[in-house]
Amino acid sequence: MASSGLSAEQHRPVPFYRNVKVLAVLAQIAFLVLIILLFWILYSNMIRGLRIANIPLDFGFLDDTAGFAIGETSIAYQPADTYARAFAVGVVNTLRVAGLGIILATILGTIVGIGRLSNNWLLRNVAAAYVAIFRNTPLLVQLIFWYIAVIRRLPRVRNAWGINGVILASNRGLAVAWPAAAESYRTWEPWLWMGLVIGVLAFVARRWQLARMDRPGSALPHAFLAAGLTVLIGALIVFATTGTLPLTIGQPVLGGFNFTGGAVLSPEFFALLLGLTIYTAAFIAEVVRGGIQSVNKGQVEAARALGLSPSQTLRLVIFPQALRVIIPPMTNQYLNLTKNSSLGVAVAFPDMFNVSSTIINQSGRSVQMFALIMASYLSVSLLTSLLMNLYNNRIRLVER
Amino acid sequence: MKLKQSPLLVAMLVLALVLSACAGSAPAGETSTGAGAASVAAASQAAVNSAPLAASTAASTATASTAASVAASEAASTAASASAAAGGTGQASAAASTAAAASGSAAPVTPASAGEYLQTIRNRGRLVCGFHGGFAGFGTLDQSGNAVGFDVDICKAVAAAIFGDATKIEFRPLPSAATRFTAVQTREIDILSRNTTWTISRDTSVGMDFAPTTFYDGQGMMVRTAENLTRLEDMGGATICVQSGTTTELNLTDAFRALNLEISPVVFDTQDAATSAYAEGRCDGLTTDKSQLASIRVGLPNPDEHVIMDVTMSKEPLTPAVLQGDPQWHDLVAWVVYGLITAEELGITQENVDTFSASQDPNVRRFLGLEGELGQGLGVENNFMVNVIKGVGNYGEIYNRHLGPETPFNLPRGQNALYRDGGLLYAPPFR
Repeated sequence: MASSGLSAEQHRPVPFYRNVKVLAVLAQIAFLVLIILLFWILYSNMIRGLRIANIPLDFGFLDDTAGFAIGETSIAYQPADTYARAFAVGVVNTLRVAGLGIILATILGTIVGIGRLSNNWLLRNVAAAYVAIFRNTPLLVQLIFWYIAVIRRLPRVRNAWGINGVILASNRGLAVAWPAAAESYRTWEPWLWMGLVIGVLAFVARRWQLARMDRPGSALPHAFLAAGLTVLIGALIVFATTGTLPLTIGQPVLGGFNFTGGAVLSPEFFALLLGLTIYTAAFIAEVVRGGIQSVNKGQVEAARALGLSPSQTLRLVIFPQALRVIIPPMTNQYLNLTKNSSLGVAVAFPDMFNVSSTIINQSGRSVQMFALIMASYLSVSLLTSLLMNLYNNRIRLVER
Repeated sequence: MKLKQSPLLVAMLVLALVLSACAGSAPAGETSTGAGAASVAAASQAAVNSAPLAASTAASTATASTAASVAASEAASTAASASAAAGGTGQASAAASTAAAASGSAAPVTPASAGEYLQTIRNRGRLVCGFHGGFAGFGTLDQSGNAVGFDVDICKAVAAAIFGDATKIEFRPLPSAATRFTAVQTREIDILSRNTTWTISRDTSVGMDFAPTTFYDGQGMMVRTAENLTRLEDMGGATICVQSGTTTELNLTDAFRALNLEISPVVFDTQDAATSAYAEGRCDGLTTDKSQLASIRVGLPNPDEHVIMDVTMSKEPLTPAVLQGDPQWHDLVAWVVYGLITAEELGITQENVDTFSASQDPNVRRFLGLEGELGQGLGVENNFMVNVIKGVGNYGEIYNRHLGPETPFNLPRGQNALYRDGGLLYAPPFR
């Protein structure tokens, strides 16, 4: 055996500089120190620069008057409001376009993804072309294309397309008839809250009933029915007592420089929403396709053998199983869409980043504003992935 | 519920705390390696407290600024050792100059030492000038890709004063107004000559130092002739295209707030985007400085369909800017501009400047450096104005070359004439 041939020299412990384990740890420590040093140099350089330029590093300036107007606001905002309020307007605009974009991109992407696997030659190839085109061109190019080459090519506001009073499209945006609060709205408002409460109660009761009967199904239709009926009855009572309906239909008509009445989707918002939806849907389509293809072929064959129709097979057998594969990469796409909404600056949409650029220029507080922007995107992204992870855990295959 | 991203979050928090702790502890006289170790300990302590990120960053910043005046020299040596560690890369000289600046920060009032900026430029061998890059007449690129324009010539004049050669210069286009001050603050550029309005907040809280105004302008409004608009009062509810990050955006709001009218601004990142949106009818009006509107109007498909309203919403003194903190560098830029004005006053031009060397007029002799040592205080040759005039000519020549009657803009001198001709240009004496 080897022990007889070994000399005393070979038994000596390996010096640390030749010990692979020690070296690995040392290398990691050296790497860590280097990284920290690098960040420290960057940070101290920034602090020094700010000190030279006499710029304080606090957030007090957020209480100063903003003094600039914002074209598109979802919450009340006046130029005399504070920077903080202006930033909030930007955040709400970002959330609005990102939230709507996520919903629309999911719907469109799912349709295209299923279309990719269709037996219909035309549908299959149209879906494939869609994915190829929109997944392989840069989003910024697409956004500018939608904004400049499509939406701004719409007729000028004085020759808008559409039906006056119902829907009008021009390069000032898309104006549609939209409910607006009437004088009796205030008396109707309690009914809205009551509708909400009754809806929730109906949901809980129906769920309990379903569980007791041990039957599958959703409690949502009952909840919506109950809530809707309450609100409708409320509206009729308000009409009977005050003589006016609580809501009127605001009709878009051309007056002065622009549309008045109804709801107006600005070209900037529309271009950004369109670009984000179409671009992200191409990725979602591939995610959905991959998810569906990951389901074992035997599942489809078994479902068909049991006599389920193709749509039933898709809805009841394939999709529930595909979802497990779809959700994690879908989260990535949602995060991408939210972050990509900052490209709205290219189409003049006043999102968080666009408003912040103005604030930076007026106040000079670039470091604080960028910290705020990053913190906001980080919060939104972490919240999105938290919700998606919760959902993922719920639909996960339960291993017994 | 176990969250997938929680380790990442913790890692980021720890990293942020380490960074802020580093900045807090470094001025206290630690060596660079010691600071690293100490800060890890501080970070772990802070992590126990689990203080909010923003609060801890702010706290450490406060520590840094209070400790700065006491121990700035230690900080400088720390920076020097840090830059030595980073040596061997192309950043070495930049790091050295950073260290030099930090040692200057021992004086609490003016952090950058006088003359340091000029020395940096000399060592580099060229001036880095931020200009617009897409603004015809003021700062744009010609067919062969060279920077040309009124603002560009101001930069060239400064380069000529430093090096005796107006070509020792590097141009950085800054088409987006929103990033221009950051470019100065981070020393990406030495001088910002990009139709920038001088305001008190930019002079103080944004950290700029402004040289004298080179072009007096005012904000105007362009509308379609067919709209028949003459007063701002008629424009309530109008949509106005405007570039972001400009005083224009604020002035627009102020003007209509004063009239108690609401308008809807559409804010674009670049002037080109705002202009094309206006041209296509997205907006009823386009607002920016009048000089720029004149330049834009000439470029529109049918200039006659557009009219610049006879209203002025603001004073816009367009002025070159440098980073606050080095008085000598600011003085040099200021006196080059004054020199251009004085040259026009004295009738000295690019062509005849050599003939003035025989002049007996003491004003001319001092101005051209034949007598006295006026250049020395600025850190340049005494005959620096000779180089400047040979390089770009006097103020009037620069104006006529880019904006005068021979150009498409044909802007009248107006307020930009010499004071003796009824304008606002007035240079203090060279004495």
